[in-house]
Amino acid sequence: MTAGPVIPDFGEASDCVSENRTFCSDWVRENWDPVLQPALVEHVKLTLIAVVVGFAISLVAALLAHRLRHVERPFAIASAVIYTIPSLALFQLLVPITGLTVTTVEVALVGYTLLILFRNILTGLRSAPPEVLEAARGMGLTGTQTLFRVELPLALPAIVAGLRVAVVSTIALATVAAFVVSEGLGVPILGALPLNFKTEIIAAGALAVGLAIVADAMLVVVQRLLTPWAYTRRVA
Amino acid sequence: MTVAALDVFLNSLDFIVDRRELILDKTWEHVQLSAVALAVSIALAVPVGVVLGHLHRGSFLAVNLANVGRALPTLVVIAVGVAFLGIGFANQVVALVVLGVPPILTNAYVAVDEVEPDAVEAARGMGMTPSQVLRRIELPLALPLLFAGIRTAAVFIVATATIAAIAGGGGLGEILVNQASYRVEGLVGAAICVSLLALAADAGLGLVQRALTPRGLKEEVPAFEPDVRSVV
Repeated sequence: MTAGPVIPDFGEASDCVSENRTFCSDWVRENWDPVLQPALVEHVKLTLIAVVVGFAISLVAALLAHRLRHVERPFAIASAVIYTIPSLALFQLLVPITGLTVTTVEVALVGYTLLILFRNILTGLRSAPPEVLEAARGMGLTGTQTLFRVELPLALPAIVAGLRVAVVSTIALATVAAFVVSEGLGVPILGALPLNFKTEIIAAGALAVGLAIVADAMLVVVQRLLTPWAYTRRVA
Repeated sequence: MTVAALDVFLNSLDFIVDRRELILDKTWEHVQLSAVALAVSIALAVPVGVVLGHLHRGSFLAVNLANVGRALPTLVVIAVGVAFLGIGFANQVVALVVLGVPPILTNAYVAVDEVEPDAVEAARGMGMTPSQVLRRIELPLALPLLFAGIRTAAVFIVATATIAAIAGGGGLGEILVNQASYRVEGLVGAAICVSLLALAADAGLGLVQRALTPRGLKEEVPAFEPDVRSVV
């Protein structure tokens, strides 16, 4: 008896999948646990790390620029130049330095958040009216006390507005990370592209968009909780 | 490490010079794609934003449409486009327009909406009709912010047009995604070209802005300063 060729058993695709119809919910149900859910979790992680690090850097830079005027221009110009580098290129450009790692992706994602966060934090810090600062000084607050009790709270709306843009655009950009590491929602999208497998493209794409919308809505709620005074007087 | 990085950089400059025909070819394709996408974005977004701003209406539409647009990853738009429209120029343009419309629309709306009410009041007092107010008062005063939106969109579009390489090719992205043939030098060389192209597009639009700004309003037109209005 001769041994026949070993044919691996990949299971059977449903009619919907093998005909590549627009959207096969059975594929999504079957692949939620092994494919989609891990990609979604990775995507959230990629975004969170990038925004937190980007925010920390921008906050320090903005606080410096708030006190020392000549810090503003160099940082603004540097972050604007980073902005013009195509994401696809920046991810790959960093590969010779940091390798095919998550670090590469995070460095690039952080770079893209700097411009919008820095500008919004600084604008917010500068939005405190002079008479309010005068009053703070009249009450005997020190510079640090003024910063934490007056300037930062008044800057919150502008800061959260910047965070919203940064979070939403980072979620969008993180899909491109799949060109470098196999993490995030870009992976199923890139994988499905050569096969033109519609269900996977739509499912992963919808998850990315949904994630952005949910994150944006959450930040709006956070802002309302943090700045209740901004919404009390609007009762007309 | 720094020496190696410098090496790569110098080699990539060599690549640009040695393969100038390829680079010029791909740059030209890149420019065509970006220009068409930007033109369509402007044609769609500026009239809507300006009219809504003039009427001080539809802030919900102008702002939220822009936010939704921002949430749509270009990769997703292109992938969905590939699945349904097939590969090609039209798909690439659609994806880039989705990217270009939000900043232009939001800025156009905010720019016209926030024109000094006193100026509009004075113009009306001088007997100007609403369309005269729009053309002679609101548009010139809105120009800086309006152009900030267009310039930001231009930079977005030029930088992102590289992704078009996965939807049928064309443009400098083709060199970027093909490291197997062009190596690191090609990657860095193409990236440098894209960045320069983005900065050039911004500078060129800055010149257009200068030319369109009435003499009385001419201040220094700012260098690249993406100003995307995010309305709280």
